[in-house]
Amino acid sequence: MAKLYSKRKLATKKMLPKKETIRLILQYSCALNIIKVGNMNFESIAN
Amino acid sequence: MAKSQLPDALLVDKYIAGDENALAILINRHQSKIYGYIYSKVSDRDVTEDIFQETFFKVIHTLKTKKYYNEEGKFLSWVLRIASNLIIDKFRNDKKMPLNRDTDELLIFSRITDNSPNIEKSLIKEQIEIDLKNIIEELPHDQKEVIMMRYFLDMSFKEIADFTGVSVNTSLGRMRYAITNLRKVIEKNKIYLPS
Repeated sequence: MAKLYSKRKLATKKMLPKKETIRLILQYSCALNIIKVGNMNFESIAN
Repeated sequence: MAKSQLPDALLVDKYIAGDENALAILINRHQSKIYGYIYSKVSDRDVTEDIFQETFFKVIHTLKTKKYYNEEGKFLSWVLRIASNLIIDKFRNDKKMPLNRDTDELLIFSRITDNSPNIEKSLIKEQIEIDLKNIIEELPHDQKEVIMMRYFLDMSFKEIADFTGVSVNTSLGRMRYAITNLRKVIEKNKIYLPS
């Protein structure tokens, strides 16, 4: 039945975020450091 | 197996273990669907960028604090749920109701390409889009959701089922009811939608 509803694809153009947004996310990921001590989490962002 | 072909759950494990490249692959793999989903709700590029970014900040934060979701292999639906919550928060903060598209600058339908445009075709296309949009808006929420995700976000029924928390068969059933209801409305109102 899935095929029945899949004949026409209207989503012709892919929408993508800006490259800067992706870069920022990846940089944030690299910079973020979380250390768990007991029940607490300590966060630090490296420059 | 090349890293870019690894399943989501393995990439998530690798990321938690410190492999930053795994996150880049996950983002690259799902960015279009996540971005498209957010845009379909907010209809504004800048807000979409903000929510997309905020979504992944939350993803990163959650994964780095090892509070990862328990549903293996459902990374996309987990991320979409985070995005969905952020969209709701955004509209709550703005004290607005979402999805009032009558005056939006760009309709989701304008993503449909017309390879041989002329004035007549453009006018007909425009009218069809308006009619179709109005009809879809009349559908119950669960049916409208499955139509939007399948046809405008190009999501598979498995992904729709994961995201909406129902089985694939239920998603297919909703699609069937949605199509039936659309036909009924079209016939009842004698709306002409040439293909």
